[in-house]
Amino acid sequence: MTDHDAAGGGAARFVGQSIKRVEDPRLVTGHGRYVDDIVLPGMLHAAFLRSDYARARIAMVDISRATAMAGVHAVFTAAELNHHVDSLAASVNPRDAPKTPAHVLAAGDVRFVGDPIALVLADSRYLAEDALELIDIEYEPLTPVIDFESAADSVDLVHPELGSNLGSSVSSVDSNLSAVFAAAETVITETFHQHRQCNMPMETRGIVAHWEPFAGRLDVWASTQSPHELTATAARILGLGQHQVRVHMGDVGGAFGQKIFVGREEMALLLAARDVARPVKWIEDRRENLIAANSARVDRVKVSMAVNGDGVILGAQIDHLTDSGAYPNGGKPASGSNMVSMFPGPYRMSNLGWTTATVYTNTLGRGAYRGPWQMETVARELMMDRVAAEIGVDPLEFRRRNIISEDELPYTTATGRVYENITPSETLEQAVSMLDYEQFRIQQSDARSVGRLLGVGISACIEPTSAGRGALGSEGATVRVERDGNVNVFIGTGSHGQSLETTIAQVVADQLGISMDSISFHQGHGTPYGFGTGGSRSAVIAGGAARAAAIGVREKILSIAAELLEAASADLGIEDGFVSVAGTPSRRVSLAVVANTAYSDPEALPDGIEGGLEHAARFQAPPVTYSNATHVCTCEVDPATGLVTILRYIVSEDCGVMVNPMVVEGQIAGGVVQGIGGALYEEARYDLDGNPLTTTLMDYLIPTAAEVPLIEYGHIVTPSNTPGGHKGVGEGGAIAAPPCVLNAVNDALACMNVNLTHLAATPDAIVTALAAALA
Amino acid sequence: MTDPIEVAMVVNGAEHVAAVEARKTLADFLREDCLTTGVHLGCEQGACGACTVILDGQAVRSCLLFAVQASGSAVTTAEGLAGADGSLNVVQEAFRECHGLQCGFCTPGLVVTVTAYLADHPDPGRDEIRSALSGNLCRCTGYQGIIAAVEQAAVIAALQGGIS
Repeated sequence: MTDHDAAGGGAARFVGQSIKRVEDPRLVTGHGRYVDDIVLPGMLHAAFLRSDYARARIAMVDISRATAMAGVHAVFTAAELNHHVDSLAASVNPRDAPKTPAHVLAAGDVRFVGDPIALVLADSRYLAEDALELIDIEYEPLTPVIDFESAADSVDLVHPELGSNLGSSVSSVDSNLSAVFAAAETVITETFHQHRQCNMPMETRGIVAHWEPFAGRLDVWASTQSPHELTATAARILGLGQHQVRVHMGDVGGAFGQKIFVGREEMALLLAARDVARPVKWIEDRRENLIAANSARVDRVKVSMAVNGDGVILGAQIDHLTDSGAYPNGGKPASGSNMVSMFPGPYRMSNLGWTTATVYTNTLGRGAYRGPWQMETVARELMMDRVAAEIGVDPLEFRRRNIISEDELPYTTATGRVYENITPSETLEQAVSMLDYEQFRIQQSDARSVGRLLGVGISACIEPTSAGRGALGSEGATVRVERDGNVNVFIGTGSHGQSLETTIAQVVADQLGISMDSISFHQGHGTPYGFGTGGSRSAVIAGGAARAAAIGVREKILSIAAELLEAASADLGIEDGFVSVAGTPSRRVSLAVVANTAYSDPEALPDGIEGGLEHAARFQAPPVTYSNATHVCTCEVDPATGLVTILRYIVSEDCGVMVNPMVVEGQIAGGVVQGIGGALYEEARYDLDGNPLTTTLMDYLIPTAAEVPLIEYGHIVTPSNTPGGHKGVGEGGAIAAPPCVLNAVNDALACMNVNLTHLAATPDAIVTALAAALA
Repeated sequence: MTDPIEVAMVVNGAEHVAAVEARKTLADFLREDCLTTGVHLGCEQGACGACTVILDGQAVRSCLLFAVQASGSAVTTAEGLAGADGSLNVVQEAFRECHGLQCGFCTPGLVVTVTAYLADHPDPGRDEIRSALSGNLCRCTGYQGIIAAVEQAAVIAALQGGIS
């Protein structure tokens, strides 16, 4: 193991090992506790009436029949709830960020199919849904804005209050680009489109809320990535202090960005809970999740790239447009800042000009989805292959000529990002060597001679992880040794599949010299503020906080033990729950005795050491911790059916010191397969009137076990500058996979004069493109 | 609303009797009346497989059946696969060993599906495994650990003389 693991004093017994997960015994036996498993006495069940129109005036809504129905407790519309809320903005939004109109429920008009109009609370979900059918509503349909590429010019407005469909528009102020382009040997321009996708966590959104007016307390159970964001938002919209809100964090069935911020339905439920002062539960159904939770990835990027006669990139201009839908998550339109600033990726690209804009449309709002800015890698990596083909250089060779090598670090990009401790060139070489790229080219040529279409794709990315800014930049942790020597860890994360219960325990167990089963892990109410789990931040930031807190406790343990053992604390170590003197293992005292002394025997404590045995620490992350990866895959395309079969899929990544390699590979695999889904199968579609066409999992096709390739992993370990040497790794798989797959498909189809620039490469898209190329 | 109908079934070895609405799904009955909340609802459309249970020896989607249709039957859920002492069955243990789960929401349906599958197909090839799993969606793992877990479970179950 590296020095990073041992730094701080603890031995690296767990960090770096593929420890089996602490979470699993309850989850594999059906004993996890997800939000829908919460049942409280007197609990009411919610259902939402949602718009059937993409854009319409609500001429009339009458809830009287629904309100009168037996078993119905209350029905709410905008008139009852909206005046409580002046903003849908997330608590971490910049103050000057543009805001969407603050309609918790649709007020006067509806702005996408699925827009929530009314909330019913009834004795059961069955009855609540019955009551929805008794709400009388009349619409006056209006022309919807569906096409995001023309939305900015439309006279029809998604949000009339805003006066424009343009959500935001930013461009680079100065660039040397025109001179660079004028002098370049070759300038190539191409436009790439990415289609609408959905996060599709297996567990939909859900929330249980209980306001107890005489206690002045709101208890909330939710499927969330960020219990503290939920606390802040609940307090704000209900006019409570944050000390009055207790968000309880149970198991969460995936999110991928969907559950960071508090949605309109969740706000409505919180407001209704206060009104009825009884426990209320809302569990989203799958149709709602697919039409109303969030979508992502709707992007268009025009790229112009200048290269010299040696195939060296001189600069690029990118023009990016994205679709924010009607109500983007977090109450503000999408930001393209990461998209444009990460565009250079792992390549030397000394000049970059850019524009990025986003528009509102009468469609499902955009939300964060695993690498929300990943269009930079999609467009760049597709462009790398496009340019390579244009100048007659193999795409691997073109990348080799431009990729940043380790001896150039630290490297400052054209957008001012400073890369350190990354290995773009090494991961590229490892990945192509794992494939045996040259051998594949021979195999491909042989296959072509018998009419089979094989292709290889490469995609390299730099993943900006663990952003160290503002409220996202730090996490707190408290490590408390109880009187019997067992340990509670309190942390502000929102683990929803990332295995933090295991990995944080690994970090703490190493520092305290105890076994992992001596540790209990706590999130939610009572933990120090933290932004939660998202943005590939938990290993670095939460891990850093847990580590710092554990080191603080360790120091105190050693001080007390030194007194008890009459030794110098510098001579002591902790192992297997005992503090012992180096070289004299028989001189030892158990952690239980140390802890009991700390709580019960103040006279035995060293001077200046207060009673109790806990330490709270906060870790402030550096501005960005970069990890990097290269993906390589091969595929075969059936020209008759358009079916793509992925033959091999290789990921070489460098996420620094791995807390748990099994968990790291799980994160990579999950991201890659989501990316494969986005490249080949998944598309959330609307018709021209804004009706969603993919409202079930028979229409919205995520990959199944039958389609996925075996993923092969290569690891390069370059420690980051953070105390554990870790880097984030949660999003990279989903960032790099889509262009890797599309490049392989295009490589296979190049001999047929087909080059796809629109995702997804569905069988239909491939067959259509082949037919067009032959025509 | 129709009058409640009495439903009786054996769930994980215990008899459950309740009067329920005819429209109540088996999944909701198992979750609400039998407290086997390991039966997860991922779509309520029969597409995701998270609610899979073993009904009289067959893996079925409990969201696509009404409780009244299952009256008189024996049902096993993920809870019923584990030993009373907390010991995991061979499939559950393999899922843990091979990191076949992350968020765990699809997992009960998967371990039930795989347990039923291996009982009928003790020596499956990898492509057969992929096909057998294709009705159970997972959004976290990319299926890598799941496929490995099924292969491992098949080997260990064979060594133990069959799956239980």
